[in-house]
Amino acid sequence: MNIKFRRFSEFLIEKAIFLSGIISILFVVLIFAFLLKEGLALFKYVSVKDFIFGAEWYPISEPPKFGIISLIMGSVWVTAGAIIISVPIGIAAAIYISEIAPRKIRGILKSGIEMLAAIPSVVIGFIGITTLVPLVKNVFGLSTGLTALSGSIMLAFMAIPTIVSIAEDAFYSIPKRYKEAALALGATHWQTIWRVLIKAAFPGIVAASMLGIGRVIGETMAVMMITGNVAKIPNSIFDPVRTLTATIAAEMGEAVRGSDHYFALFAIGIVLFVITFLINLIADIYINRELK
Amino acid sequence: MTKIAVEKLNLFYGDFQALINVDIRIPANKITSMIGPSGCGKSTLLRTVNRMNDLVDGARVDGKIIIDGDNVLDSGYDLVSLRKRVGMVFQRPNPFPMSVASNITFGLRVHGSAKRGDFDNIVEDSLKKVLLWDDLKDRLDRSALSLSLEQQQRLCIARLIAVKPEILLMDEPCSALDPIATERIEQLMIELKENYTIVIVTHNMQQASRISDSTGFMWLGELIEYGATDMIFTNPKQKLTQDYITGRAG
Repeated sequence: MNIKFRRFSEFLIEKAIFLSGIISILFVVLIFAFLLKEGLALFKYVSVKDFIFGAEWYPISEPPKFGIISLIMGSVWVTAGAIIISVPIGIAAAIYISEIAPRKIRGILKSGIEMLAAIPSVVIGFIGITTLVPLVKNVFGLSTGLTALSGSIMLAFMAIPTIVSIAEDAFYSIPKRYKEAALALGATHWQTIWRVLIKAAFPGIVAASMLGIGRVIGETMAVMMITGNVAKIPNSIFDPVRTLTATIAAEMGEAVRGSDHYFALFAIGIVLFVITFLINLIADIYINRELK
Repeated sequence: MTKIAVEKLNLFYGDFQALINVDIRIPANKITSMIGPSGCGKSTLLRTVNRMNDLVDGARVDGKIIIDGDNVLDSGYDLVSLRKRVGMVFQRPNPFPMSVASNITFGLRVHGSAKRGDFDNIVEDSLKKVLLWDDLKDRLDRSALSLSLEQQQRLCIARLIAVKPEILLMDEPCSALDPIATERIEQLMIELKENYTIVIVTHNMQQASRISDSTGFMWLGELIEYGATDMIFTNPKQKLTQDYITGRAG
């Protein structure tokens, strides 16, 4: 191989890698631009305030109403419930796997949790409809089991694998010397976990929780199947709700392209994007601050 | 006066015997150093005294380590009270990723052994004893990880002093430090021996001869020779010891 050819092939490879990198960024920019273009068109018909804070979502009545506060509240309730369930369980599971479980059980648990992450969301939704929804109905004596609570429980199941595996990594990567220092000072195993390891792993725990939340907020299929799809501001976790994501998924097929309804669904997409962006931003700021 | 009496101590990691019939009496309020080549069992011996070896899978031990009349290797012995009395300083400084003050109060909080109102005084006393107070009194809220390595190691010693131990085990405490920091830590140890029984493991023979009152030489899991530091370094009884300290073996 002569030098010229080697230089040329190096050049080609470099450019090919550069191109791949640029393309992924380009796609993100294009998607974002498209989302903005289609979504912002809605505001020729309704004000931003009426859109965000309007209580009624009647996109195809005459005149149509595009208020999404009930959808936002639906997402908030379902997500909040899922966080309350999944974050403590996920972190506790991560502590058990990384600090307490015997080596054999650790392997079994880790692959089990990875399998849980591999279940498609529509299957989780389906299992939820057939098992969880009747259970919630009977246990709480409700007229329907299709509630925010059912959605929260199913979403918690989907967030837990993410939270466990990232939090477990965080615990695993804590230098062993912190643990030794605590034990050598006479701390019990539990005191060591509670006062040192959780503290040391905190940035990782926050990251794990945020990624879990990210998964929950964006989830569509399972919540569409089991939360009842009622676009009404919920009074409690036992009410049926409809989330932002489910609304887009359910209505995009029937919205006429270029209609106000179509633009409204894209505007919901912008809202989702902003929420997810804010969560990631907060997580980022928090993680960077902790590390210093 | 003997503070720690090790009797017929054997320790196994699985099939490997890391300590063979070790007998040693460590005097109170003196510095005792253990020397020997890497893997000779000196750190293992140290970590058996505060039972840190319990953490190692497959470690098995028989024999006795008697501190103040009780065998600390008894399965029923209370590890928390043992480790409160027997503090350990590690090879790499290992302050917790918390503030300077929290590092020092960690032991107190864990043991519930002091009132919150006394914490400030204890922090000050402990830092004074390791000569860090003047440097750090305005930086008590700073992360301990922002300190220099020498300061970190001092802080680790202060953290032990706060829980009022009787014995300090030091596992190559200066190996991560530069020569100047090493000298200052050695000075600190000499000051501390008035109140504490100190056992130090070191690969640095000059260090052992500079600071310790008695020295033990270990080789392949056995204690070959143990006696006054002067004797070990100037007039060893065993040929192996002589070969090691003169650099012909090890």
